[in-house]
Amino acid sequence: MTIVVIIALIIVAVSMLGFLYRAIKGPSVADRVVALDALGISLMAIIALFSILLNTTHYIGIIMLLAILSFLGTASFAKFMDRGEIIEYDRHNH
Amino acid sequence: MIDTIINIAAMIFILLGATMSFVSALGLYRLPDVYTRAHSASKASTLGVMFIMTGVLLFFIAKDHQFQPSLLLAILFIFLTGPIGGHLIMRSAYYIGVPYTKKTVRDDLKNAK
Repeated sequence: MTIVVIIALIIVAVSMLGFLYRAIKGPSVADRVVALDALGISLMAIIALFSILLNTTHYIGIIMLLAILSFLGTASFAKFMDRGEIIEYDRHNH
Repeated sequence: MIDTIINIAAMIFILLGATMSFVSALGLYRLPDVYTRAHSASKASTLGVMFIMTGVLLFFIAKDHQFQPSLLLAILFIFLTGPIGGHLIMRSAYYIGVPYTKKTVRDDLKNAK
């Protein structure tokens, strides 16, 4: 089991390098946001694999927390790209 | 006996998920357009992480005969919010006018902007 987990960790780390390449080089802002979202999702996979490798279940709450934070970041950045502000105060103007 | 079978299933799930994540990274590296890249990232990466977490769930069931409900909740949450995130980003990218590739022949949303 340990050798399978180590192989999977190496594969996920290489795929995170691919995401990082797109986050650095990507021509538009949307490319970078997509790459950072995928990086957050891969980080959840890495934490799950490390909880097997270290043989503990205390890391599982962190996965849930990271999922919520990654979705919040992506949604708020999408709204910032669309409207120019994240929280709109005047609701009668549009 | 049954623990060995569950362990082998967990190994298969983990390797499948890692391969799926690698395919997603390959698509993000090679595809020409922001929309096709988001197609690759939001589908394959979500499925890969769901496979890996299913493998971890099966591993902890086999190891100490204990079901981890927050891991199942994380799988459901990723399944719900991964495609929604991709949709929001692509909608904003279309509205601010990120160009698509030269091979695109048809734009159905042109009048809806």
